[in-house]
Amino acid sequence: MNEADQLLDDFLVESFESLDQIDLEMMDLEVESDSPDLLDSIFRGIHTIKGTASFFDLFQLSNLAHSAENLLSLMRSGHIKADSQIIDALLASLDAMRLMLDTVSQTGTDTSFDQTGLINRLARLAHSASDSADRHDGIEPYDELSANHHPVAEPPLDSHESVESSLFLFEDDDVDDPASAAGMDDAHSGDDGRLDDGAEPKKAGRKSGQDVSDGRVRVDVGLLDRLMNLVGELVLARNQLLQGQKDSDQHISQIASQQLNLITAELQEGVMKTRMQPISRVWAKVPRSVRDLAIACDKKVRVEIAGGNTELDRTILEAIKDPLTHLVRNAIDHGIERPEQRVEQGKPETGLLEVRAFDDGGHVIIEISDDGAGLDLRQIREAAVACGVGVPEAIATMADEEVANLIFAPGLSTANTVSNVSGRGVGMDVVRANIESVGGGINITTTRGVGTTFTIRIPLTLAIIPTLIVRCGDEPYLISQVSLVEVLHVGRGTDSEIESAGGIPLLRLRDTLLPVVQLREVLGLEPAELNTGANVDIAVLQIDRVTFGLVVDQIVDTEEIVVKPLSPHLNNLGVFSGTTILGDGRVALILDAAGVARGSGLFRHKQREQRVPTARPTRRGGDAETVLGCMVGSTLIGVPLVLISRIERLPATVIEHTMGEHVALYRDGVMRLCYLSDMVGSSGRPEPEVDLTVLVYEQDGEVYGLVVDEVVDSLEIDPANGLSVGDQTLRVAATIGRRESDRIKIDELVASTRSVVSR
Amino acid sequence: MINDYVFGVAATEVQEVLGHQRLTRVPLAPNHIVGLINLRGQVVVALDLRGRLGLPGRESNPTMVNMVLRTDNGPIAVMVDQVGDVMNISDDEIGPVPVTFGPPMDKLLDGVCQLDHGLLLMLNVPEITRPALP
Repeated sequence: MNEADQLLDDFLVESFESLDQIDLEMMDLEVESDSPDLLDSIFRGIHTIKGTASFFDLFQLSNLAHSAENLLSLMRSGHIKADSQIIDALLASLDAMRLMLDTVSQTGTDTSFDQTGLINRLARLAHSASDSADRHDGIEPYDELSANHHPVAEPPLDSHESVESSLFLFEDDDVDDPASAAGMDDAHSGDDGRLDDGAEPKKAGRKSGQDVSDGRVRVDVGLLDRLMNLVGELVLARNQLLQGQKDSDQHISQIASQQLNLITAELQEGVMKTRMQPISRVWAKVPRSVRDLAIACDKKVRVEIAGGNTELDRTILEAIKDPLTHLVRNAIDHGIERPEQRVEQGKPETGLLEVRAFDDGGHVIIEISDDGAGLDLRQIREAAVACGVGVPEAIATMADEEVANLIFAPGLSTANTVSNVSGRGVGMDVVRANIESVGGGINITTTRGVGTTFTIRIPLTLAIIPTLIVRCGDEPYLISQVSLVEVLHVGRGTDSEIESAGGIPLLRLRDTLLPVVQLREVLGLEPAELNTGANVDIAVLQIDRVTFGLVVDQIVDTEEIVVKPLSPHLNNLGVFSGTTILGDGRVALILDAAGVARGSGLFRHKQREQRVPTARPTRRGGDAETVLGCMVGSTLIGVPLVLISRIERLPATVIEHTMGEHVALYRDGVMRLCYLSDMVGSSGRPEPEVDLTVLVYEQDGEVYGLVVDEVVDSLEIDPANGLSVGDQTLRVAATIGRRESDRIKIDELVASTRSVVSR
Repeated sequence: MINDYVFGVAATEVQEVLGHQRLTRVPLAPNHIVGLINLRGQVVVALDLRGRLGLPGRESNPTMVNMVLRTDNGPIAVMVDQVGDVMNISDDEIGPVPVTFGPPMDKLLDGVCQLDHGLLLMLNVPEITRPALP
């Protein structure tokens, strides 16, 4: 890069930053219209841009800045007061400047722009104001090149169309009410001009504007000095260590290595800090976009921001930028009601949008909450059924919280929820995917009529993560503690046990049964045989709301590790997410918990879908449920794993038949038997003298035994696909006992049986 | 040198030659990836060229040497039986790959050079270190 390019680059970075700053100040100006400090600061910012732009021969840009400056100088001298018209015009100019800077960064010139319309608009405002006051000498009509009176600047992209064609995957009750939806459309088209030159160029400009500034980080000089000092100490410690070794002086070496330990920790922390940036960098634009959106949607919104100083690694900031924007848009477009509705419901006319960030032990929590209508769960349920996101029975019995989280499911939308403002082609599924890509999670709580809160939880940094070291075969492997729930050693006599049902091992952890995955198997090693009561180390992992036990050879230790990217040679193995170097200098692989689950067939149906070479996007089922597949006659039945407390093999001798009921003596009590073969209309019950395989299910102190022929495997089913069956030879599949707050009623169990002919 | 073949690599593409290193094996990885080595804090993939070149395999043994090559994807180690001499060869001494070399050898070679005691096969470094397509 030559010197001139370097200068231009600096100018671009600075200008984007000062435009952002001016944006914020404009927001304040709207409230305090006569604050001289604010006006001075805005004026200075624009003035600098104007001056530097003409230095670089960017005359379109400097002309526009000049006009804005004229208007501002009138405001400074008190000849005119800022009103919404003036602020709109100034904001439009700022956006146009961004767009121009953006073009400059790509092409080097701004000649493709004709800002005459916008310049005239500014000049008209200045004139009309100064006509009433004394004509001020400071204003000269700087550029009246064209008589062509565009009311506003025309951005080169067809923003209107992009707004119209976008599709949106979120919804709430706005759609219930056609009048309100139509009203919003009207309001929107009335404001089209403003939105077009307001929101659209800003978006475009902002995006690439940061591309320019992203290559560099501003570091506090104090921090840099401290780092330099630490490096100095590091060199000293090294000298000491070398000296100590040369003289074989144990004492000196020991002191030096302790020193080294301290310095490294401090250095690590310091360098980390240089990568940390306040979250306000991302949401500095929130007030501005809230303003534009509120106008576009004809709503009144006040935004409160707290915790902007919370710091996050810059790569993480990048990843959450778009999701945050999307959530804010949603809150305004869908969450907060129109003023008249709010008044009707006894709420203040102005809606409140709160954006908060705070630290929470190694994580940062971001909350975005509005005091709007909340989600219409009933409608989400309907939409979920209509869009095939889940089977009706599953959705009908879901807890409210689960229903709310359905909005993250891909494909959830209805035709009449397409919105002009929020639909930018980024659905809620993408929001979740983005957040999960940096190891975070998102949750939603909503109360009808009171509001909605999105809670995002993200790790502070990605570069150094706490992990669990496990051994499998001869090699150590690492598991990120983000997905780790707990670590267990199980065996006979411990609280938790491996239970083997028909060769399929399951982990009974307290009162739940979890599927078990053997790491050896995933890694292509000879798996160990897991019988009931086997003595093994298990790491319980949770991925995408699926919890499973990972059997490893040995749990070794926990360690904070520095993540090194995976070589492109190993990218497609699927089960590893990176590598690291352990304390002893060995290279170790980091396991990707989701990949392990996939590799083990826990998400079997998903994997199968991915192999299908059609262009259909793969579903990321958030509501997939693990069921225990059991053979009853020739039917495969899925029983939700969470319902079953254990699997037993009952000898025929303990079974008694009394008065049409079948009971078994079981653990000092009586267990009522329920023959699933009756439900599926299958060919007869097992012979009375045969031992029974029974799924034990407890409710209200009563113990029930669901009699099956054989336990096949734990399967993952996705409500979106109905059922998926691993084995092609099975013709009929059924699922029973849908969850209803984790309880089923045995007598309803039969009624809710559903048979699906697959194949 | 691998098996009985003598291969040549442009010296400018070689970053360094290391003795036997502790290897971390990568389960599920293709056969020609022997494992990962720690090259002064950098994790480097080690390849065994036998598989790539279609030569009979042999267990890696402590006498094998890691030759670290510079590539666009960062350094990559290639395990060879032995490293011989550095010699000067002018471009016109390198002839085209004889057509009798079938795949996969023909793609992985840049040319051949007649030496006093046999053929020197010039390796095409970008090609042999290219990650296999998924």
